[in-house]
Formats: sequence, structure tokens, C-alpha cells
Amino acid sequence: MKEQPASGTLQLDPSASSVRRRLGFRFEIDPARKESPWWMTIVSVFLALVTCAIFIAANGKSPLVVYEKMFRGAFMTEFGITETLVKAIPLLLCGLGVAIAYRIAVWNIGAEGQFAAGAIGATAVTIYFPDLPMYATIPLMVVFAIVTGGVWGALTALPKMYFQVNELITSLMLNYVALLLLDYLVFGPWKDPKGFNFPGTPMFGAAQSLPVLGDTRLHLGLVFALVIVVLYWFTVKYTRWGYELRLIGANQDAARNAGINIKRHILIVMIASGAVAGIAGMSEVSGVTHRLMYGISPGYGYTAIIVAWIAKLNPFGLVVSSVLFGGLIVGGYSVQTLGLPSSISSMLQGAILFFLIAGNMVSKFRLRRNG
Amino acid sequence: MRETYSLEMRQIVKQFGTVLANDHVDFNCKPGEVHALLGENGAGKSTIMCMLSGVYRPTSGDIYIHGEKVKIRSPKDATKLGVGMVFQNFRLVQTLTAAENIVLGEKSSFWRGPKWMKSKAEEIDSIAKHFGLAFPVDRPIWQLSVGEQQRVEIVKTLYRGAEFIILDEPTSVLTPGEADQLFLTLEQMKAEGKTVILTTHKMKEVMAAADRISVMRKGRMIHTIDKADTNEKDLARLMVGSDFTPIEIKSRARPRGEVLLSVDNLDVYAEHGRKALNGLNLQVYKGEIVGVAGVAGNGQSELAEVLNGLCSWKRGRIAFNGNEIKSASVRGAIESGISHVPENRMKSGLAGSLGVVDNLLFKSYRTDDRSKFGFLKIRSNREWSQQLVEQFDVKTPGIDAPVRQLSGGNQQKLLFAREIDRKPELMVAVHPTQGLDVGATAGVHQLLHGLRDEGKSVLLISEDLEEVMQLSDRILIIYNGSIVGEMTQAEANRERIGMYMAGIRDNEEEAV
Repeated sequence: MKEQPASGTLQLDPSASSVRRRLGFRFEIDPARKESPWWMTIVSVFLALVTCAIFIAANGKSPLVVYEKMFRGAFMTEFGITETLVKAIPLLLCGLGVAIAYRIAVWNIGAEGQFAAGAIGATAVTIYFPDLPMYATIPLMVVFAIVTGGVWGALTALPKMYFQVNELITSLMLNYVALLLLDYLVFGPWKDPKGFNFPGTPMFGAAQSLPVLGDTRLHLGLVFALVIVVLYWFTVKYTRWGYELRLIGANQDAARNAGINIKRHILIVMIASGAVAGIAGMSEVSGVTHRLMYGISPGYGYTAIIVAWIAKLNPFGLVVSSVLFGGLIVGGYSVQTLGLPSSISSMLQGAILFFLIAGNMVSKFRLRRNG
Repeated sequence: MRETYSLEMRQIVKQFGTVLANDHVDFNCKPGEVHALLGENGAGKSTIMCMLSGVYRPTSGDIYIHGEKVKIRSPKDATKLGVGMVFQNFRLVQTLTAAENIVLGEKSSFWRGPKWMKSKAEEIDSIAKHFGLAFPVDRPIWQLSVGEQQRVEIVKTLYRGAEFIILDEPTSVLTPGEADQLFLTLEQMKAEGKTVILTTHKMKEVMAAADRISVMRKGRMIHTIDKADTNEKDLARLMVGSDFTPIEIKSRARPRGEVLLSVDNLDVYAEHGRKALNGLNLQVYKGEIVGVAGVAGNGQSELAEVLNGLCSWKRGRIAFNGNEIKSASVRGAIESGISHVPENRMKSGLAGSLGVVDNLLFKSYRTDDRSKFGFLKIRSNREWSQQLVEQFDVKTPGIDAPVRQLSGGNQQKLLFAREIDRKPELMVAVHPTQGLDVGATAGVHQLLHGLRDEGKSVLLISEDLEEVMQLSDRILIIYNGSIVGEMTQAEANRERIGMYMAGIRDNEEEAV
């Protein structure tokens, strides 16, 4: 490729040449282009809104009214804003978790399981040390969540390190293990004896709950998340370890030549990734549900993957994308009054992801007139 | 005389953005000739050949094959018209076998049982043997040497019935021995009526192999001439544009220093139990350049890897600077002062998507000058990078520009800047000038001499025999994983080295 100028183009699929001849134009792949332009995200969101509008209109509702309602519900009232942020906290934390793994091309899709593991770890503190004061309980819960989440991350990293097991598979399967373990605990040993058979632990006391802002549900987890955002940004940009991560992400072969132990980094990163998702689980049980219960996560760990990609793994971008997706969830609730299901927001999420991935592909292409 | 041309390209223009890569180029071939396309890097040779093979389309201009105007829109069109190209960077699937690679894309047979594959393998093997291009057809590509991979590529074009075979810088990856072998096969192809076009910037090859020669410079076709009517000096003048005298750097006779690196009886096993180094012995003294010459795949890569801690050894002893090296460690090698210019700079030497600063930090980011308490010293690192960029004259849009935007020569300069700035005791340079043009090559040679003159040592592993002979104080020849010959620069001559490289020792007729 040495003599090919950076702007050189390679042709796509020569077998389509007859089609191209008829159309009078052709597509070419630009190999120099590795990333889609920044505005592609905005275009994707817009196209997703347009596409979903068709379905909304098919249900006999005006898309504009519905979107306006969603927007108002999510961002225009104090309740809406705080609720949006409450939803954004686990998305942001899980998103940061997966983003750090994606940086070195470790495809951790196990944030859901690591979230559950963290929630279990945090709850264990409330079960086994119920009478500690708040200043001891909360830090202990965080530590437990980090450890359990980190262990869950390590369970994905170790088979990859020693047996080259694909992390996509292990991290996904470990999600089910963690969720089933959670179910076992809340249906079995940890079930609240006074809970009328509800699958959940006893409600946490005040000492076990994260402080909230005023009389809203917005809890201290937001501060955890923002601290980690800054930490992540600072680490990658300014520390030696962050430099190693960038190097591994850019070229593993070269990183090996620079004397970097890649296996060790995979382990550390997966532990960090799991630990951050674990903190998300802790802040959810301690800040929102105040108990460990069946179905604690409506798929935060999976949505976080989209959130991380939309932000292109940028920590500050993650803040924006997690708030957007939090808003989508909350906005979904508010359209229920119009007689539409809240799964409108799932549809929008799916559509955004679809257009984003398509946009990524499309931006590698260029349209050329046949000459 | 137009009728005698089997292939004609007329007034070809190719524009990349604002860069005019080919400016109204005329090019033609006669049937059954070896046609050399000579020019420096960036002269537009590859570009025009890419248009002939359908990788690019010309912005304007026409192509005629056997007098008929043709449109080559894709590599598939080119194959149909009998044009096959062997790229400088091979297009092979590493995990498939040689035979599987060759039949890849073939549409004739839906069912491909073991029997079909076996018959194809035999067919391919017979084609290969016929042209003197034998290689193990059943081995996966990643187990083959570069020279063998190139043969796979050539046989692929022959198997597909190519009449015009384009070889893009074919010898840049070959040893002189392999290159000679290749030139012999070119004769065979010629005898079969094939037309071979080879692009190159090496004059010697042109004179050895070509019947006709076209010289390109800066995107223009300068001249096409019969070999009989020209000589190296004229060609050099045409290629460079003015009188060109090759840069001679005289090696300085100097007393030998102490032993810096000593390798005794080293055995290294590569993948699948292949013995890559076989009882290798080697000494490097302080203040000398030691050249390691040899045919590709005789253990050069493994030697470089083992010295840089990238692979471990089964038996033997390595001592560096008086200390025995106990186990393979890249960090250990870096810290003890061994620099490495790897074989493939973009694959393992640089990270293309990262900026200049990050690429310069590769090996020194752990030192106190570059980071403290785990934090990078951002500002001083940037100043240091700026300084290195200026000192080594790396042309870059800026110190944050991704290095993949740099030209090959500037990438290599950047790599050298990084490796030399560490003040290494020993530099292991593998094919340091591969793919570089005359100017950049001279620059690299000067850097290597500079190191030597400071009392540092260089282990130069190169397949360019000219380069090894010109640069090295001492030349070692590697064959089948061990050093089979040694000579000083004064004693060296191509023939003797060639004998060793082929595994024929002094006073012996048969290959060992």
C-alpha cells in the first residue's frame, strides 16, 4: 500500500460491475477512512426518529405530538429531568465499563452480568452487616460491588488469556449465570420474610441507601459516574497505563514489540470493566430500588453497549449519550398516557443503533460517476 | 509498428484528489517480452500497473489489448483479459493452503470435495514445477517464506491463464539468490509466450532481466528503450533526472572492540515444531556493523525476534554486554539497550492510527524522562518529539498527525528516530530500507554508519546483498538456521556469498 496515496480508493465487489454499468454510477470503498464523521450520529438519530414516526403514524397518532410528549416528559419538567438522570446513571456507568474494554478490542458484552454481580455484592453487605453506620456501609457496599463486578469481569478474561476463548461468548453466558444467581438469592435465601412472597430482599435502611438530592430520586450514584468519567478520561490521556491501552488498541503487534504484556492488560481491563459495571449495580440497589429484587435491570448492560458506541468510547460523549438514552426510557413512560406502549423507546433505541451502524458502513463509501 | 504491440496504454491520466499520479502516460508491450518499468518510489509505476489490473480506473486514457480497445473496470475484468498482477503486498489468505488460495474465487466447480482439491493441487503443482516455481501446495500460507508466498502469487496468475503478468517490485522481498531464481522463471514464461512486466527501482535487475525498459519519473513516462541500446548509467540518469552517482560510504577500518553480543549454539523452534535456528553461533563486537545475508526464511526473522525478546529458545546461550540473558523478555531487551527496526514497520513497528508523539514514546515511556509516578510528562514529551522530528528531518503535517499519513520513508525515519534516541548499544535492523527510495535509503545508511562511528553496534539483517556488502564491516551468511560463512567487507564478493547462501560451502560441489 506504500505507493497508494492516502486518498486512494479500492473498488467494492467487482461482481456487481454489470449493475454499476447500468446505473451509471458506482460505489467505492475508501480504505483510508476508518471512522464516520461526527455528524453521522446526529443524522442517525434523526433518521431513527423519521423511521419510527411511520410506525407511530400507523397507530393513528401524530408523530410530532408523540415526540413532543416524549421530549417534554424526559427533559422539560423537574421530575422528568431527574428521572432521566436516574436512568442515565446505570447506563453511563455500564457504558464506561464496556468502553474501556472496547478500547483494547476486548468485546465485553457482559455488563449486564457484571451489573447484577455488583448489585449482589452490595446487597451482601446489607444482609451480613446490617447494623453498620452509613459512613461504613456505603463505602463497604462500593468495595463489595467492585470486587464482585471485577471477579465477574475476570471470569471472562481468564479463559481468553489462557485458552483463547472468545470473550463475546463467555461474557454473554456469564450474564445468564449472574442473573440466575440473583434470582436464586431473591427467591431463596435472601428473600424478605415479611415481603408477602415478593422476590426481593428486605428493604434497605437509611444507612444503606445512597443520599438523594432534595425530594427527588436523583442519588449519589451520579457523582460516582461523573468521577469515573473524569478518571477514565484522565487515565487514558495522561497516564502510562492509559498510553499502554491506547497502544494495544491501535496495534497489538507493535504493543508487543514495545514490551507490553497484553494478556495482563486484558485481565486488568476486564476487572476494571466489570468493577465499573458493578458500581452501577450497587448504585441501582442502594440508590433507586433500595433492595435487591427480581428483574432489577431492564437491560441496562445491553443498552450501555449502544451508549458506548454512540459516544465512540469518548467519556464525555458517554455523558451525552447516556442522558439521551435515559431520556428515551423516561419519554417512553410518558407516552403511555397517549395510549402507546412504553416500548416505543425500545423501538427508537433499536432504530438509532441500526442507523448508526449503517452510517458507519456508508461513510466508508463514496459515490462516483462511471467514467 | 502498432500491430506488434500486444498491449498498449495510451495517454493514461490518473488523479488522486489534487495529486496527479499519472500524467498522460503511454506504455506498451510486445508479446513474449520482459518489460521493466523503472522509476523511483512514487514515480507512478504501481499506479499505472494498478490501472492495468483493474484496481484503479484511469481518469482518462485508453487501454488496448491485441489492438482492441478494452475497459478494465475490476480485477475480474483484468483476469478475463489475461492480465494478472502480483502485488508487492501479497493478497493471500494466511490460514488457507497455497492451493486453496489459488483456486479461491474460481466459479467453475460448486462441489469441492477432497478429490477435487487433490486434483487441483496436482494441477497447480505441475504448473508450478513447469515454470520452476515449486512450493509446498498443501501448506498454509503463514508457514511459507516470503519468497514462497510470491511464487504462490505468480502461479495464481498463471493458473488463471494470464498472458500479461505484472510483478510489482518483485525482488523487494527476495534475496539475490531468490531473485536470480525468479529471473530464470521469467525466461521460462517468456518462452511460453507470456509477457512479463516488472516494476522496480533496481538498475541491476533491469539490466539482468529485461528486454525492454520504460523509465518513469514523477508520474510521466520518460523513455522506452531496448536493453541493448542502453546501460546502467544512462538509465540512472533517466530515472533520477540528472547525473546520479551512487552514494559510496567507505567503511572505516578500525580496531575491533570488545564482544558485545555473543550467541552460542542457539536452537529456536518456530510454529509447528519447525526448527528455525539450528545451533547458531554469532558474535557482535562493539563498534561494528555486522551484516547477516541469506535467502529469506533461513532463520533471519527468528534471529531478530530472539534478540529482541519476542520469542524464546530451546537450547543455547545468549550473552549481551557480559551478562547472560536468561529468558526472553522484550522489556529486558529494551532496557539492556537493544534497539529493533522490525521487518514490517507498519505491522509491528508503528501504530498507524496514533500520532507521532505516541509512536515516539513506544519504548521510552517507562523512563523517568518521559513519565513519573505513572503519569506521562505530556508537555516535555511533546517538546522532545518536536525536537526529534526536526533532528531526523521527518516530514509530517504535525506531531499529532496519525503516522499512517506519512510516507514510507518518513515512517522509517520516525522509527529510526525513536530507536536511535534511546542510545542503544546494539541495533537490530531488519530490512531497514525495504521499499524506500534512493534518498531515504541513503539517509538510513548514514544513520547506521553514525551509530557505528559512535562505537555502537549494528546487526543488519537484510536481503539486499548490495546493501549488506556496502554497509557491513563483517558479513555473516545464514543458511538453514545457522551461520555458514563469515567474511570481512574486503573479502566479500557476490559469488562467494551467493554460494554460501545457497548452502554450498567452500570446496564442496553439492548442496548441504
